[in-house]
Amino acid sequence: MAKPKVAFYWCGSCGGCEEAVVDLAEKILDVVAAVDIVLWPVALDFKLKDIESYEPGEIAVTFINGSVRLSEHEEWVKMLREKSQLVIAFGSCSHLGGIPGLINMNTAQQVLENKYLKSVSVDNADGVIPMPTNSVDGYDLDLPAVWNSVRRLDEVIDVDYYLPGCAPPPDLILEAVGAILKGELPPKGSVLSPAKSLCESCPLNESKPEDLTIDEFKRVATSQPDPETCYLAQGFVCLGPSTRSGCGERCIRANMPCRGCFGPTPEAMDQGTKLISAIASSGTSDTSESAASVAEGFVDPVGTLYRFSLPSSILKRGLKNV
Amino acid sequence: MPDNGFEPKIVGFLCKWCSYTGADLAGTSRKQYAPNLAGIRVMCSGRVDPTFIVKALADGADGVLIAGCHPGDCHYSVGNYRAMRRVPMLRKLLDQFGIEPERVWLEWISASEGDRFAEVVNSMTETIRKLGPLNWKERAEALSGAA
Repeated sequence: MAKPKVAFYWCGSCGGCEEAVVDLAEKILDVVAAVDIVLWPVALDFKLKDIESYEPGEIAVTFINGSVRLSEHEEWVKMLREKSQLVIAFGSCSHLGGIPGLINMNTAQQVLENKYLKSVSVDNADGVIPMPTNSVDGYDLDLPAVWNSVRRLDEVIDVDYYLPGCAPPPDLILEAVGAILKGELPPKGSVLSPAKSLCESCPLNESKPEDLTIDEFKRVATSQPDPETCYLAQGFVCLGPSTRSGCGERCIRANMPCRGCFGPTPEAMDQGTKLISAIASSGTSDTSESAASVAEGFVDPVGTLYRFSLPSSILKRGLKNV
Repeated sequence: MPDNGFEPKIVGFLCKWCSYTGADLAGTSRKQYAPNLAGIRVMCSGRVDPTFIVKALADGADGVLIAGCHPGDCHYSVGNYRAMRRVPMLRKLLDQFGIEPERVWLEWISASEGDRFAEVVNSMTETIRKLGPLNWKERAEALSGAA
């Protein structure tokens, strides 16, 4: 029997998700022995036409990582969707929008101007900026169009499963691959990690107080957290209460409060507002003025609460600067 | 710029023990006030998750009122203090998104303050009318395509 065909594709990606596949170490050999990799741009040379030649549904499973924000990404993922029986959103960017999703606080034009014209390290006297179409020596050249908003993969194509994380940890990847090979998959649309909050599996959970009282916010940029005590109890914003578990508490073990890359728990409609509910409700302030002064100390709420999930939030983007 | 003929849509989360009863009193006392508020009865202002407020704004509300018992009067003793601590943080978040903090009001209205309920609704309606329509979904979707 022919081995099942598997594809990996990256959209707006940092390469960390590819690294996560390589992090399977020698176990990747078992995966490679069981499947036939037909597309993996970071490691193997395949072209668009190779994939176009497949019949619909001929690829058993396609893993897509990265943010979706170019017309080229849309073209590729739509084609891969047609050719694949299963599509898995791999990593925070395709699951939630990811860190590139913070671009949604601005427009594409603002981002291009900052990158190519305003940045202090740029030497661009002619003010050259990427254009979707251009004419050079009589040849018409075109580049993929940049969208104003990063989208989640499932806003562009139908997605069967989500592997969360920035990047997804090797044990979850292996579990997912094993489940696919054995045909023991959960209901369509599932996020392939435990459906509980990070606090429940956090090694610092015992020091988490019943009622979180934050009267003064601290930041890891300016204070050193105590690695033995719940970060929220110390006044550091930790997204644990509203974030899904399954990451192996990698950040916590490195003395870094949770930044939320696994996305909201199934109960939380919005990761950020749910965290406000968790951390702002208690405290000792008993007047509107003192509550306002506590809130004043919370620097950059959007960047902190939606570091990985702005395109998945209820508001989806910012409109202040546009 | 205020839209000609713009009527603000305001969602009000009213605590069952004080403010909803205050709204009832405004009604039974035949108070005339702006018809722009759609009241939702909740058990306590402390039950109002910031998610509800953001969801209302994203889905078409131009403003959100949270009204509960005066400090010290909460039926559950501390629920209104919880609401009071959340709202400033939510306002800060909304401001960063580009939603004027003045679109979210937190007011204490007791069961006997029918007049005050009517005044709050009138004054909030006028404030939102000056701010103009929010139209969040339409404006956000207009920026989802290519640059």
